[in-house]
Amino acid sequence: MHALVGENGAGKSTLMKILYGMQKPDEGTIAVDGEQVSFSSPADAIARGIGMVHQHFMLADNLTVLENVVLGSEKLHGIGGGARRKIKEISDRYGLGVRPDALVEDLGVADRQRVEILKVLFRGARTLILDEPTAVLVPQEVAALFANLRELKSEGLSVIFISHKLGEVLSVADDITVIRRGTTVGTAVPAKTTPRQLAEMMVGSELPTPETAESTVTDKPVIKVENLTVYASGGASLGPESEPVGPGSLVEAAGEVKKVLDDVSFTIHAGEVMGIAGVEGNGQTELIDALIGTRDADSGTIAFLGEDITPWPTRKRREQGVGYIPEDRHRQGLLLEAPLWENRILGHVTEAPNAKGFWLNPKGAQDDTRRIVQEYDVRTPGIDVTAASLSGGNQQKLIVGREMSHNPKFLIAAHPTRGVDVGAQAQIWDRIREARREGLAVLLISADLDELIGLSDTLRVIYDGRLVADADPATVTPEELGSAMTGAASGHLEHVEEEAAPEDEAR
Amino acid sequence: MKKFDKERLLLAVAGPVIALVSAILLTSIVLIASGKNPFEPYRLMLEQAGFSDVQVLIVNQASLYYIAALAVALGFRMNLFNIGVDGQYRLGAMMTAVVGAHVSLPSFLQVPLLLLVGALTGAMWAGIAGVLKVTRGVSEVVATIMLNAIATSLIGYLTLRENFGVLLGDNVTTGVMKESGWVPGIDLGQDVGEIYGLVFLAVALGIGYWIVLNRTRFGFDLRATGESETAAAASGVNAKRMVLTAMLISGAVAGISGLPLLLGDAHTYSLSFPAGLGFTAIGIALLGRNNPGGIALAALLWAFLDKTSPALDYATPVAYEKEIATIMQGLIVFAVVISYEAVRQWGLRRQQKLVGAELAAAANNNAKKEVAA
Repeated sequence: MHALVGENGAGKSTLMKILYGMQKPDEGTIAVDGEQVSFSSPADAIARGIGMVHQHFMLADNLTVLENVVLGSEKLHGIGGGARRKIKEISDRYGLGVRPDALVEDLGVADRQRVEILKVLFRGARTLILDEPTAVLVPQEVAALFANLRELKSEGLSVIFISHKLGEVLSVADDITVIRRGTTVGTAVPAKTTPRQLAEMMVGSELPTPETAESTVTDKPVIKVENLTVYASGGASLGPESEPVGPGSLVEAAGEVKKVLDDVSFTIHAGEVMGIAGVEGNGQTELIDALIGTRDADSGTIAFLGEDITPWPTRKRREQGVGYIPEDRHRQGLLLEAPLWENRILGHVTEAPNAKGFWLNPKGAQDDTRRIVQEYDVRTPGIDVTAASLSGGNQQKLIVGREMSHNPKFLIAAHPTRGVDVGAQAQIWDRIREARREGLAVLLISADLDELIGLSDTLRVIYDGRLVADADPATVTPEELGSAMTGAASGHLEHVEEEAAPEDEAR
Repeated sequence: MKKFDKERLLLAVAGPVIALVSAILLTSIVLIASGKNPFEPYRLMLEQAGFSDVQVLIVNQASLYYIAALAVALGFRMNLFNIGVDGQYRLGAMMTAVVGAHVSLPSFLQVPLLLLVGALTGAMWAGIAGVLKVTRGVSEVVATIMLNAIATSLIGYLTLRENFGVLLGDNVTTGVMKESGWVPGIDLGQDVGEIYGLVFLAVALGIGYWIVLNRTRFGFDLRATGESETAAAASGVNAKRMVLTAMLISGAVAGISGLPLLLGDAHTYSLSFPAGLGFTAIGIALLGRNNPGGIALAALLWAFLDKTSPALDYATPVAYEKEIATIMQGLIVFAVVISYEAVRQWGLRRQQKLVGAELAAAANNNAKKEVAA
């Protein structure tokens, strides 16, 4: 099991794309089993036994697992019984526990990932490339994934593993390669390396920690959410996101409309960072949507600086000082094919320096984009390149820079450092901390528990649409949070605190 | 940075040029296959374009195409496919003709009134599709196609002689419009003809289109919605209102696209009014990349093919079928769709590579400096 680590834009993804035949190398060679090869498409790579599990899953939600696995390789084992047997066989051999007839849309993130892995094995891969496989998993799921990977390894398969989480890399990899700015800067043997050494190798400099120094929490409430409830979108709403009529109407007929957010209440004060931990799909997205105004609250109120903003449209909320770092930057944060300076306008089109009254002010926006590029160290040759040509970390820096430039009073930060390298991560944390000192209230939603614990002043756990637990970030451990996130420790607030208490005394 | 600007210009031009060249080559192949000279028709058509009366025809026809294509392009910019431009155009022209035949105001009021009638009629017709889409989720493609058919019936009904129909010669028309609503053209002499006065309206609309899209907040929201609906929603665009607004504006523009002809020459609406303008406009908007300059060139090219091809039938010593131009128009649309997508993907990939290379170079320089220091 070989791990590949490096900063964003260091060239990890490019390297993987070349290995998987999505991109052609300009120079140099690749050898598989000692034999020199050249791939001109992923099909070539698959034929050579190389398979890739992408960071963003490539599954069709409305098909079953079987259909997803078979899709595109119908010739291998047919699409019926043969394929089903093969899937069963692979699933049993590596302990993946995949049910061939489940609908993918009903599966959780971890299950989907196993389907992706199975898909690759189904095509006969002997070498698996996993691009940040743990980014979306809770600790317990990560452990299960690693168990699966070890199983693969023991069967003689090779795994190439890309990750930013250095602790994991060290615990699971047999060998580590560090790349920076497109070249290999070193290799490491996990047994003799600490995460810190590894990270310093990656960044080439001193390392940050997410710890917030002193508390800056004030008693001035900035955002106050009371009894917020949101129902799953049923048959009533029409539009691009509406469900297909069939299953949607069935659910309705049964008189069962799921509450995706159930009676959620919290207050965030000026200078406070409130972290929300939870497995993805437990209502975080709906909470964010309700706060930014892209989804209406079915009941409950949201007050911003004492004013009821529940009926406000998104634009008014943003103009009044709600900043938004969206969870999916490609879908919600950027216009990928537009130049950087137009992306600087996105979300703030009515505000200076982007607009003068009714008119756009391209020059103002361009100048300010140059400032953001400089201040936030966005690595780009200019502001006229498209957002798509930047690496993920640099895109994120641009978004953070944009949101911070409008002096928000309340910031919704969803996975602010997802897929971002250590160096950029530190910068983003610094910016959030800096603004917090000046009285910014932050709602932090993250899958990175270390980030949550390190950055938050208060912590809540969301499970099945409800805030089921809270915790003191000073004492709680990732494992304790993890068990609350899976619902094992749900129900009582004290539960987590009780768990945390003996731990605290033990220290 | 300059380099990327130049790149972008090159890419923008590459698509249409590749499309045109391949369309011409394919047309030549068709000519060879039918045993004709593969180049002579082009020469004949170019020769035609040298005559000033044909030039006037081309400019006049292009003005209609241009306005209709702007209407289509506006929808395209936010991923709305307004196939109903044809119905909006015909209904707009007819209603304008009816009002023009029954209302008589002084010219400086009459002409704006007629423009307003055309725009409102088109907007209303497109608005039906818009309302259906935002309230009931009906695809605008389906709704506008059906509205085209309904418009045909509605026009048929309204031009019945018990309604607004007037018999002029053998032709059922809407009656001759009051002269105060006629827009004088530029008379270039007896043999040459007259350029429609409303050609300038087309130019103004093109400029307005560019300004609104590129220099106003509304235009930015519209483009953002077209590029990524989710990102636009997160940035505070009210998607439904945007769909409705875009549909209304697109319909309004479509509604006046027949007016250069109506107010400049025909002065009455009849069944001999050009049909299919709205469909042709879709191809023109595609070829022009939804860009006002590009659409102007595309509209002129289309009008050129339209107006120079009839002469092929009478060419001596060998006559050619004028349908060659139609074949070419069809091939252009095909080639355009394919070449644009190819060029777009190639461009994106190339830029990613360039950015990567430039960053690597910068990093190397830094490294060298560090070493030197």
